[in-house]
Amino acid sequence: MSATNLAKTQGTEASYEIGVSKVRFAELLRAGLGSLGQRPVRTALSALGVTIGIAAMVAVLGLSESSRADLQAKISNLGTNLLTVQAGSGFGAGDGTLPTDTSTAISRIGPIESVSSVVTLKDAVLRNSEVNAQATGGLQAAAVDLSLLTTLNSSVAKGEWLNKATADFPVVVLGSIAAERLGITEVGSGQQILIGDKWFTVVGILKPFPLAADLDRSALIGMNAAATYLGADLNPSTVYVLTVPAYVDDVRKVLGATANPEHPEEAQVSRPSDALQAQLAADSAFTSLFLGLGAVALLVGGVGIANVMVIGVMERRGEIGLRRALGATRRHIRGQFLLEALALAGLGGLVGVGLGSLVTVAYALSQGWKVVLPLVAIVGGIASALAIGAIAGLYPAVRASQLSPTEALRS
Amino acid sequence: MSAGVAVLELSDVVKEYPGHPPVRALDGVSLRVAQGELVGVVGPSGSGKSTLLHVVGTLDRPSSGIVRIGGNEVSALSDRRLSAARSRLIGFVFQQFFLVESMSALDNVATGLLYTGAGPVERRFRAFEALSRVGLAHRIEHRPTELSGGEQQRVAIARALVNRPAIILADEPTGNLDSHTGQATMDLFRDLHADGATIVIITHDRELAATLPRQIHLRDGRIERDERSRAAVTR
Repeated sequence: MSATNLAKTQGTEASYEIGVSKVRFAELLRAGLGSLGQRPVRTALSALGVTIGIAAMVAVLGLSESSRADLQAKISNLGTNLLTVQAGSGFGAGDGTLPTDTSTAISRIGPIESVSSVVTLKDAVLRNSEVNAQATGGLQAAAVDLSLLTTLNSSVAKGEWLNKATADFPVVVLGSIAAERLGITEVGSGQQILIGDKWFTVVGILKPFPLAADLDRSALIGMNAAATYLGADLNPSTVYVLTVPAYVDDVRKVLGATANPEHPEEAQVSRPSDALQAQLAADSAFTSLFLGLGAVALLVGGVGIANVMVIGVMERRGEIGLRRALGATRRHIRGQFLLEALALAGLGGLVGVGLGSLVTVAYALSQGWKVVLPLVAIVGGIASALAIGAIAGLYPAVRASQLSPTEALRS
Repeated sequence: MSAGVAVLELSDVVKEYPGHPPVRALDGVSLRVAQGELVGVVGPSGSGKSTLLHVVGTLDRPSSGIVRIGGNEVSALSDRRLSAARSRLIGFVFQQFFLVESMSALDNVATGLLYTGAGPVERRFRAFEALSRVGLAHRIEHRPTELSGGEQQRVAIARALVNRPAIILADEPTGNLDSHTGQATMDLFRDLHADGATIVIITHDRELAATLPRQIHLRDGRIERDERSRAAVTR
């Protein structure tokens, strides 16, 4: 093989084409990645800052989305159009009951979908007559309207709900917690419990009520049955009102006066979903705070990358000089170092997204939430890591490219 | 002057570094190297050898004067064009070898073609050819750390050959080698010269330069003497 080109000769001068200096993008990328692979510990440590920042941001976004999704599911399950009217209790706030005809009065308000009264009974709920009558386990008995399940958007887990016929007889439907505490898991075998001193047959067990935890701990019987067998007064303690969604606020204004015209101030009107809405708002305030902290970590990570790259440029003067001698242009050198910084930050971002997602999935599952990994967090996480890498890599890359070849080769 | 086809031509090249007073590293150097010549540039330190290497290697531009390499006037080119000229016209051999430790000998040689836009297959094929030429065909998968100093310099020479340059510039190529391997390296240069390569070796070693067919003596940025040694030519 000839050592040099046998050049075309013109007169007394050899003629060579200068052409252009060009390098494949893949080669620049390989050069960048190669130098990262050569110093794995340094690479890992300098990417760590970005990893932590991105992981924090992804986890915060993921967790807050998962918890929001959970809350929102609860809220939409309950509906924001459920209102409750409760009898005031305590000093100077009445005797803890509403007038008997409250629900009839309320149902005369126009935009109402459903009204249900709950009358709290003073009789103890017991598994059988052998149990100490004081050991009620926090359970209570309540007489309810048949419309309760419709109003509260709940349903039966086992057996059946009261109907017009059974509401007049000594039958009972148990709330989920009540059933558990009484040790009743099956219905239909004529299982009976004691309410006061009367035996009631269990015909159904309910699913948990999302917004009325009191009822989960109750044994529910029909209004007529309560009057007939227990001799109860039918003054409701709570009335649940499901309004037409658009008129929630209007209904809310008149509800107190309608429920108790004589003492409207004794009727406490509230919207159970308000508490969840407040929780939602509080959560998003925390999300902003943690996102801010994640951004700070990301920024520090970027500074770390810039730092490592500047040191790398100084250490690799010889390599830069050699590449320039082999024909690399300033742009090629700049591109190589920029790609290296991007790869470093991108690697950090990728691991960060993985880590953040893992935390989200693990925590959401442990809380029984639906797992939500927002796309914006994943794409945004990698994008912001790359952006940080580009910014952090710019100065070192420009510095490397400005190094004069003669200076770089003098080592 | 020498006959034959000119590969390198310098006419009245001046290189001045700013300062108080300015340093004139090259002070009106004119010289012509024909295709196939083996030239030693010799002089004490501070004589302007390194500056001459940088200017001829297009790593630096002259302050004034004209540099022509392979028929191209390179004294006034942009950085991009100068880079292109280095990728095609010139092969460098350095005293410190400048091999990439993490790469095999073959890949190191292939980097000589990196900025010509040649594809990976062509690069490796030509790198193998060049390594065979310097007698290292059996060492292609070795890393620089697994090679002796002389072998490392051979790899570096193969890298300088691989783009088939107009001229090979060697800067103190035996400076880091013991005298025996230094001698072997010089023999390799003579072999390449015999094959028709144009080679300029820069050295401070007068004895070494004396073994070359042509010696250009530099002092204070000027050519002091340009002589051809019959003994070396007929060697």
